[in-house]
Amino acid sequence: MSAPARTPAGAPGHLTGPAGGGIGTDAQRPDGTLKVRGEFAYGSDLWMEDMLWGVTLRSPHPYARIRSIDVGPALAVPGVHAVLTSDDVPGAKAYGLELADQPVLAVDVVRYQGEPVALVAADHPETARAAAARIVVDYEVWEPVTDAIAALGHPRWNAVHEDDAEVTELSRESAHLHPEGNLVRHLKVRTGDPSPTADVVVVNTYEVGMQDQAFLGPESGLAVPAEDGGVELYVATQWLHVDQRQICSALGLPPEQVRLTLAGVGGAFGGREDLSMHVHACLLALRTGRPVKMSYNREESFFGHVHRHPATMRYEHGATRDGDLVYVKAEIYFDGGAYASSTPAVVGNGGTMGIGPYVVPNVHVDCYGAYTNNPPCGAMRGFGSVQTAFAYESQMDALAAALGMDPVELRCRNAMEQGSTAITGQVIDSPAPVVELLRRLEAMPMPDAAPDDLRHMPGGVSNTTHGEGVRRGVGYAVSYKNVAFSEGFDDYSTARVRLEVVGGEPVATVHTAAAEVGQGLVTVEQQIARTELGVDRVVVHPKDTQVGSAGSTSASRQTYVTGGAVKAACEAVRGQVLARAAELTGRPVGELRLFDGAVVGEGLELPLAEVLGDDAVEETLEWRHRPTEAIDPETGQGFAHVQYAFSAHRAVVDVDTELGLVKVVEMACTQDVGKAINPQAVIGQIQGGTAQGLGLAVMEEILIRDGKVQNPSFTDYLIPTILDMPPMRIEVLEYADPHAPYGLRGVGEAPNISSGPAVLAAIRQATGLPLTRVPVRPEHLTGT
Amino acid sequence: MDADITLTVDGAQQRLTVDTRTTLLDALRERIGNTSPKKGCDHGQCGACTVLLDGDRALSCLALAVAHDGAEITTADGLAADGELHPVQQAFLERDAFQCGYCTPGQVCSAVGVLDEVRRGWPSHASQDLTADPELSHDEVAERMSGNLCRCGAYANIVPAVRQAGGVQA
Ligand code: FES
Ligand code: FES
Repeated sequence: MSAPARTPAGAPGHLTGPAGGGIGTDAQRPDGTLKVRGEFAYGSDLWMEDMLWGVTLRSPHPYARIRSIDVGPALAVPGVHAVLTSDDVPGAKAYGLELADQPVLAVDVVRYQGEPVALVAADHPETARAAAARIVVDYEVWEPVTDAIAALGHPRWNAVHEDDAEVTELSRESAHLHPEGNLVRHLKVRTGDPSPTADVVVVNTYEVGMQDQAFLGPESGLAVPAEDGGVELYVATQWLHVDQRQICSALGLPPEQVRLTLAGVGGAFGGREDLSMHVHACLLALRTGRPVKMSYNREESFFGHVHRHPATMRYEHGATRDGDLVYVKAEIYFDGGAYASSTPAVVGNGGTMGIGPYVVPNVHVDCYGAYTNNPPCGAMRGFGSVQTAFAYESQMDALAAALGMDPVELRCRNAMEQGSTAITGQVIDSPAPVVELLRRLEAMPMPDAAPDDLRHMPGGVSNTTHGEGVRRGVGYAVSYKNVAFSEGFDDYSTARVRLEVVGGEPVATVHTAAAEVGQGLVTVEQQIARTELGVDRVVVHPKDTQVGSAGSTSASRQTYVTGGAVKAACEAVRGQVLARAAELTGRPVGELRLFDGAVVGEGLELPLAEVLGDDAVEETLEWRHRPTEAIDPETGQGFAHVQYAFSAHRAVVDVDTELGLVKVVEMACTQDVGKAINPQAVIGQIQGGTAQGLGLAVMEEILIRDGKVQNPSFTDYLIPTILDMPPMRIEVLEYADPHAPYGLRGVGEAPNISSGPAVLAAIRQATGLPLTRVPVRPEHLTGT
Repeated sequence: MDADITLTVDGAQQRLTVDTRTTLLDALRERIGNTSPKKGCDHGQCGACTVLLDGDRALSCLALAVAHDGAEITTADGLAADGELHPVQQAFLERDAFQCGYCTPGQVCSAVGVLDEVRRGWPSHASQDLTADPELSHDEVAERMSGNLCRCGAYANIVPAVRQAGGVQA
């Protein structure tokens, strides 16, 4: 079905890598050697002799009507081969992960700063950029809608609470940005008594700023026109098939004519689940008949992908004097920005995970996702749970303080365990060792007091006082995250596995479309095949759309779902091989197994070469986790999630209370992973997730003023450096989930969720300040 | 304006004509086709473009190619000449000191530079004694590697990898 394609230089090839290492071992990455040499080809590294460069002209305004676009001056620039606007989009003009509401190129109206308006292809990137600057767009600038609560026309805290209503009618702020209004989703959870009372009540409002994935390798890819009128796209992404679906729709081409191959991915963290340059490069390639490369620079990257939703959350917790939670009421607003992206699912997670891993009889949650003219928000590691964890864990600390209880005791007293009922009415049917995670953290040794050396003070020598105002604080937090896709989504992966003997040596080849983004999935695929097929050499086929969908590399799901698919395909291959061996030897299949390149049984060792000869045994199959179901729209009840991940953090910080500077001294983390398929990779996920959570707690925020991004660079948007990351203590628990392959539990997101709230709790303990907003800035600590 | 320059890149001499505004990073990646150094920011903020320039580590996105006519440049790829990995690269592999790998060629070049600076006795902000030879302590390595961002957060493995390559049993 594939037309002859020209392959760009550096395009991903088969990964062989070091042989050996089944599940449970620290098998090495098959792409490791390429990566340490810089030979692993990321999207930005691909190259073809006759390629053109594509650039995007973006809107400078967060909200405006386009009166006219004149592309003439750009077309007149020597070296320019094409200039495109929405009129040149042959298929659907809009796309989206869940709702197709985002224009490929702006149609009449722009709804956020940075919205793509036009495209240019030229023979040099600077020529393309210069030409794009000559496109004349006449805008009628409108006042942007920038507040999620106002956008919904809600009073600031609705009837659930008693506070003043500041906005009581549909105001200018709540002008409809989309025909259906500004509400993307409203999720309700209702359990128990609708008007509960309690001895002790704490009410607080929390805010979480907008975080950027800030993957180090910006959006990039290369589109190559094919002889059959279709296009080949090499791109860094998280989900090839959902890209393909949207690209086909925009190009008006069938899937056979839009073939995708995964280029090297320089980090993702959710930010590559939506399209960026995908359709644009294809449009330019099809128009010019030449390969077109697009590669965003850092500034454009800040506008080129969705961010983590900022959230405003009001929580009310009621408990008995003994510390038993009686009720939780929560009102959660996610600012989805200009287009829906994955806001509906983020609202789903935020709402159904929204009170944390605690058992509460009476729950009233309203979770909203709203359209505004802020940058679109969508997937980022932790997906809706990161924001709510800041709120519910802060509430647990506030409640503990109100009760005069130890915060860890209060958490343990109310913690869920296997058999508990979640707020969706689901019974937690796999281990939920929340108490053990916390107790193990408590038992870990504490770091030493800061040495009397200015260099160890918050801020180091350049910024600090002599430490007179430095206070140490300790904080704890727990995370609770659904693994894989929820709420009835048909969540599956496809794997093709082939076993053959090449040059006398048995070799398995694993082909899936599951995106490797750095997490080490290609290693896991090899490990599973080695364990299931008893061979050392496992080749990972390039990730492409020539095999069925693997679903998204997100929601901590790939080891579970694609791992499950690879395991199942290996089992099918093994079944066939053993059946042949049974025929050859007259032994029953049940007495045979694959081990070390041979079929073995009692007193039997038959090399695979003798069983297979020149044949290859190949199986392709789809694998699904057990189905989930949609939740009731009025009560939020239902079997919404297939699995939960739990981790806990203890943070130790030093805060210079005079200068408002924070130094995180140590992070400790405990996490239950069910089964560590690759223990070394699990540790890497915990370290990386911890770093990103710490970043959100104390430094990372995209600052938006009147809908405009103020800090689109690594000078002004700070991410943790090696000096910001403290030493870590990590303990990994392995309580098998009986429903999952090998008992494993998704790993990637949980540590990203509990890390930040633990840091916040520690700063709060050090300073005695309430601190209801993250990231915490120096002025929050000094009151200046 | 164009200028003719000669660069020795990973041992091979390259003659090229560049627009004088071309960065060393773009000259390497777009003109010579050596994509080992990565572009993470193009503004000197991330370290992904680090190469060894006449033996010292340098951010190639902040260097103009014309200013380095005649220079000798080693990229992470060139460190592994003849297919044999450099000890720093081997240590990064053994310590799993990366995930996506986008920062890695820069980290590796930077680490090679760090080890050399320490060997030459250059003190840093973290050095305990400015008159003695610096030790390859955790703080010393972290301080010197702090110009190389890793969004995947592999920092906890980068420090031991650099120390291991420097001969410290960690
Ligand atoms: S690309 Fe040179 S420092 Fe980031
Ligand atoms: S390994 Fe991904 S940025 Fe360092």
